[in-house]
Amino acid sequence: MRRGLSVVDALLPVLSVVAALALWELISRTGIISERDLPPMTTCVSTLWHLVQTGAFWHQLLLTVRGWALGLGVATVLAVPIGIVLGSSDLAGRAFRVPIEFLRPIPSAALIPLLFLTLGTNIKSEVFLAAFGAFWPLLVQTMYGVRDVDPVALDTARSFGLGPVERLYRVTLPSTVPYIATGLRISSTVALILAFTAELFMGIPGLGQAMNVANAFGLENELYALALATGFLGVAIHLVSTAVERRALRWHPSQRQAVS
Amino acid sequence: MLEISHVGKTYGSGARETRALADIDLTVVERELLCVVGPSGCGKTTLLKCVGGLLRPTTGEVRLHGRRVTEPPEEMALVFQDYSRSLMPWTSVRNNVLLPLRHKKLARSERARLVEDALEAVGLTRFIDHYPWQLSGGMQQRVAIARALAYQPSILLMDEPFASVDAQTRGDLEDLVLNVREQYGVTILFVTHDIDESVYLADRIAVLTHSPTEVKELIAVDLPSPRDQIATKELAEFARLRGHVYRLIKRERPAAGDLAAEQALAAVHPET
Amino acid sequence: MSARAWRLTKVGAEIAVPIAILLAWQAWTASAHQARFPRPTTILVEFQKLWLFSEFGQHVVPSLERIGAGFVLGAVIGVALGIPLGLSARARRAATPHIEYWRAMPPPALLPISIILAHSIADRQKISFIAFVCIFPVLLNTIDGIRGIDPTLIDTARSYGVPQREHIRRIVLPAAFPQIMAGLRNSLALAVIMMVLTEYFSSTNGVGYVLLISKNTFQLVPMWASIVLIGVLGYVLNLGFLLVERRVLAWHRGWRAALPE
Repeated sequence: MRRGLSVVDALLPVLSVVAALALWELISRTGIISERDLPPMTTCVSTLWHLVQTGAFWHQLLLTVRGWALGLGVATVLAVPIGIVLGSSDLAGRAFRVPIEFLRPIPSAALIPLLFLTLGTNIKSEVFLAAFGAFWPLLVQTMYGVRDVDPVALDTARSFGLGPVERLYRVTLPSTVPYIATGLRISSTVALILAFTAELFMGIPGLGQAMNVANAFGLENELYALALATGFLGVAIHLVSTAVERRALRWHPSQRQAVS
Repeated sequence: MLEISHVGKTYGSGARETRALADIDLTVVERELLCVVGPSGCGKTTLLKCVGGLLRPTTGEVRLHGRRVTEPPEEMALVFQDYSRSLMPWTSVRNNVLLPLRHKKLARSERARLVEDALEAVGLTRFIDHYPWQLSGGMQQRVAIARALAYQPSILLMDEPFASVDAQTRGDLEDLVLNVREQYGVTILFVTHDIDESVYLADRIAVLTHSPTEVKELIAVDLPSPRDQIATKELAEFARLRGHVYRLIKRERPAAGDLAAEQALAAVHPET
Repeated sequence: MSARAWRLTKVGAEIAVPIAILLAWQAWTASAHQARFPRPTTILVEFQKLWLFSEFGQHVVPSLERIGAGFVLGAVIGVALGIPLGLSARARRAATPHIEYWRAMPPPALLPISIILAHSIADRQKISFIAFVCIFPVLLNTIDGIRGIDPTLIDTARSYGVPQREHIRRIVLPAAFPQIMAGLRNSLALAVIMMVLTEYFSSTNGVGYVLLISKNTFQLVPMWASIVLIGVLGYVLNLGFLLVERRVLAWHRGWRAALPE
């Protein structure tokens, strides 16, 4: 069994990206897809490069990040305590099972018209939408985490005379942290999608609205550049949330649910 | 029939190099049941995987019927210790036994017959349409054996197949192996750490050293056939052979407190 | 409280709490007198008028067709790509940057582009958009499912010389199937959301379109009825999928129950 990767193997990811970009350039320049529909890779990248040097772009990016962060924050602040309560108490968990099962599958997107008419086309709607979507995965994961606490550990704590609050604090919560971390990873993806959606569909300032403007004025290059940038923002958020999750899972046997 | 010539297997490289097998030299004769015993961690499973074509030996070669073994050969069947993990839980016992036959050039009716015959030989005809996980551990191992039998190999490799089974079931399974050998005329290479089992089953026993592993001694077992769980084990010859093998292995085990040797053992055989 | 009384209390709560919530909602909206928040009873009446079954054919059917076609297409591609990637570490190395990028990309960012590339807002744009998004949960779960197959099973197949095609068909796919199903379930939920988004963004029919139009024309009760419909659709599709999963994976439950702890 050979140790270490061959040079080709190590470079494979880089080579495949280069190949894909070259393919993009080729398809566009040779007109397989017209240049109007699919601007060449070099054009899009240079547009992105120019964009990145403008203040406006970063302002819009930060607005999207702000909507994402606030939405995720609100969701966390609500979902974790509620999840702990519902997870710890069999009565509460069962009492609210049906409402949760009905509310959970509601696509947050369906609430957009409602938000138009209530909170209006501003950051409040963006945060509400992101929070609504991010709430459910966190809630469910927190509940799983609390329910999955090792009963032996709890019994041991009880036999040492720890009261219910202390047991919650010293046994249940630490054991739930990895689940919450997984929930955060899933929810942060959802929150970004919804923050962007709110901007795109409701004209709220941010990357989504920038895309609206580019679309309205037929600026294809900008459209593609913004899409690329949004993708990178998504990757950044995904990397951070995955790193946080990995850290939280490090000392805990892997208990993750299905990959999302 | 099966020639294992100077087989060695080394894992890793440089400072992390571990020599699982040093030099194994062994010949298995047609229709014999050869048991391989050795101290824990001496690389018995590694040896079997090399013989079975699942691993490439670092040195030496294995020849079956004169042909070099590089891939799992068609005339050979393996029975693993982890029977439950080697059976497909999503389908019936019948389909599990059928799997290796599907790519053989046989008529459908012929395949069905082989499956039914094999399951009858191991006494599981009643459970042919059950899921494997609905059966007990011993029964699952019999399914694995039936699967090997239906495949009609000329040689059967068994890697501590009864280690995870309770003692009483083990006795039944040992007798099953002997019956099957009589009925099918198949050659068997049987790896075990259970010394009593090795003496009970074997025509010959190969005792291995601890790593780096070699064949320490080849012992001929002259006990009368057919073997019986009670009568054979009451014979003086059984006790003598058993004691002999036990002493050979005991000398191979590191003295208590020999930490370096223990670590070398553990490094070589991660499954132990 | 005795064990039996406790159990009854829990069952009672399970029934009483949803009813209480509905009653509270009804009471609040009745007293609030806001057009934006009609009473649940009003919504229900409108729901029946609109969706059962006058507008069903014109709007619900196209939406369901798009969900169905997009989901199936995405699932097939996801599994088809997932098999070689699951089996080959080298292929995974090459594909990783692409997978990591596209799975992290928020799908709505691709909506305008999908319209440009498809040259239309007809079904093909919608279905290809939904399919594209549906690929990723299935792809990732297929890869994970294949990588997680017990090596003993693989060794057994190798030792019996099972040829590659048989191996994939009879061992790899069934073994990975439980994990693939989890991916399919996520994908289905995603398909519903994407259907709403893409119809809301640009469409001439469909549930999302009705949602948009009723908002634009300030027809608030139909708007609410559409929201409820979308929720019901998501719930029913998920339930249907779970029922199918339960039957198809019966062996899996039995097997896991029989595993020694």
